[in-house]
Amino acid sequence: MFDLDLWKEILSALKQNRMRSFMTAFGVFWGIFMLIIMSGAGRALENGVLEGVKSFATNSAFFWTERTSVPFEGFQRGRRWDYDNQDIEYIRQNVREVEYLSPRLFGWQQDGDNTVRGERTGAFNIYGDYPDYFKIDGWTPIKGRLMNEIDVREKRKVCVIGERVVEVMFAKDEDPIGQYLKISGVYFQVVGVIHPETKINIGGGKKEETIIIPFTTMQTAYNYGNVIHFFSVTAKKGHSVSDLQDKLKTILKERHKIAPDDLQAVGSFNIEAEFIKFNALFTGIQVLTWIVGIGTLFAGIIGVSNIMLVIIKERTQEIGIQRAIGATPGKIITHIVAESVFLTVMAGYVGLSLGVGLLELLSMALEAGGEELFFRNPQVDLKMALSALAVLVISGMFAGLIPAKRAINIKPIDALRDEG
Amino acid sequence: MIKLTDIHKSYEMGSNKLHVLKGIDLDIHQGEFVSIMGSSGSGKSTLLNILGILDNYDQGSYHLGGKLISNMTEKKAAQLRNEMVGFVFQSFNLISFKNAMENVALPLYYKGVNRKKRNMIAMEYLDRLGLKPWAEHMPNEMSGGQKQRVAIARALISKPQIILADEPTGALDTSTSYEVMEILREINDAGITVIIVTHEHDIASMTQKIVRLKDGRIDEVILNGELADFRERYSKELQPV
Ligand SMILES: Nc1ncnc2c1ncn2[C@@H]1O[C@H](COP(=O)(O)OP(=O)(O)OP(=O)(O)O)[C@@H](O)[C@H]1O
Ligand SMILES: [Mg+2]
Repeated sequence: MFDLDLWKEILSALKQNRMRSFMTAFGVFWGIFMLIIMSGAGRALENGVLEGVKSFATNSAFFWTERTSVPFEGFQRGRRWDYDNQDIEYIRQNVREVEYLSPRLFGWQQDGDNTVRGERTGAFNIYGDYPDYFKIDGWTPIKGRLMNEIDVREKRKVCVIGERVVEVMFAKDEDPIGQYLKISGVYFQVVGVIHPETKINIGGGKKEETIIIPFTTMQTAYNYGNVIHFFSVTAKKGHSVSDLQDKLKTILKERHKIAPDDLQAVGSFNIEAEFIKFNALFTGIQVLTWIVGIGTLFAGIIGVSNIMLVIIKERTQEIGIQRAIGATPGKIITHIVAESVFLTVMAGYVGLSLGVGLLELLSMALEAGGEELFFRNPQVDLKMALSALAVLVISGMFAGLIPAKRAINIKPIDALRDEG
Repeated sequence: MIKLTDIHKSYEMGSNKLHVLKGIDLDIHQGEFVSIMGSSGSGKSTLLNILGILDNYDQGSYHLGGKLISNMTEKKAAQLRNEMVGFVFQSFNLISFKNAMENVALPLYYKGVNRKKRNMIAMEYLDRLGLKPWAEHMPNEMSGGQKQRVAIARALISKPQIILADEPTGALDTSTSYEVMEILREINDAGITVIIVTHEHDIASMTQKIVRLKDGRIDEVILNGELADFRERYSKELQPV
């Protein structure tokens, strides 16, 4: 039932104490405002980071080689070694948990300008890859196509290139597809321009400065023989990539005469573990946000309750008069609780609106400022806003209840005597 | 109307007890105009508060309109007060942030009468007390006599059967006091029981029955017919100052 008179009563009582009402409301306002802002910022960080990794296979692990750190079977420590094609064959045939396996060769950018086309030259990251690589770290062809099985099988001299490569090696209105690039002395035909779907970058450098050629072509054309620099694997569904990682390490150490207790020689890294760390971090941020936010809010609500107590004390006589002329305790409680809820919700609503508004502005600014940020879409979902509002109403009620109880515990006769 | 039998009331203050009312027997009939007198601290206000169900008593019995008043829930007491009793206080006790009309209308708010209707009724009562032009004024813009008239209008608006007034003229000068007493007399003429507490003999002498308290007991009750005698006895005090 909507009681217009009750609201008029409340408004006139609040208007009567303008400054105090404002100060009280500010505590709640600030609490909810902070909650919204912090939660939105946390969410934005999460969005930004997850956006950067979302199409990266989370069940993947990566292997490279380091010098040995333990002498073994006549070998000194500090020996250099490499993976080879037989390792890959062996793993493919014997390790059943492997889903995708993609060996890679690096042609380093640091070696100077490795790519030439007429007058134009550039230093890029050259990778020899299998198409399975795209299943682990996603790329989208924005022109042409991705590299495929046939390219690898027939050792075709083709390449797919990042956007930065296009910028450097071609004129603005030139179509790179079908053109040739001379990479470390060998001509390759461009079959695709590719865009990275993730920001995770293995091997350093900018992802846009990547040139990918068929692994087999790279191995033969540049005389790498049997050597493999690096490989990526993903675990089949239902298998832990960490377990797979350990298993592969053991196999590789055995095959290359490396001490089983050599912790350095087989370099590897496992995305799953990183993701778990990330997720824990974001959960932590959200939890912290709520703890701090709720704490601030709680302080605001204690403030409301306190102020209501003061108001009750100041109005003792007024309440006494009201009761003498027939106000029931229920009426008095309703009045005080409604006043408290009204104050809390109004303040909370303003805080909520301002908080959401600020985040919206921030979001727009970010959108306008390009996408290179790990901070994205700092929005507050409706569910959270609504639950915050519910928290406000309930806490407003509690804030009012204690003073209201106090008010009706004063006997009308004592209230009347309190004339000061 | 009102029947008090052996009423006792004491206040507890820490470990000691202050026995204020020590057995009050009193009958007041419908339509009487009664004043309660007695020295300061004799328990006049205490008695009046018990009559108005603002306070409870320890012993004895109090019947109001045939109903035993004891151990009431606060809600029931509030309703009964609203129905039966109108209060007028020495210090007016108007609500400071409401204007005259809203103050008068307040008891009807607690009865659930809608705003429009109760403000209309409030205006009627203000008019009856000659305060219509002051309806929109706040309490701090009015004189003591005007405020007390507003308070009386507020006491009357719920059509009570009893008006209880604790020193209604205590804060007013003599001529304003007489005006207020005249109003109370008119109310009484309309059949409403009026009970006032007063220190002033001339005020008391305008009522039909004077109850004198002394040491928590009723010392004497002076009835209408005996007032002449009473006047004589207190003639000195009744000389105009
Ligand atoms: N709430 C209370 N707690 C303790 N003592 C009280 C309380 N109310 C009144 N008294 C004491 O009870 C006695 C009677 O008080 P009461 O107010 O009834 O006197 P009164 O006759 O109205 O006096 P006055 O003419 O000064 O108004 C006084 O001694 C007073 O101090
Ligand atoms: Mg008194």
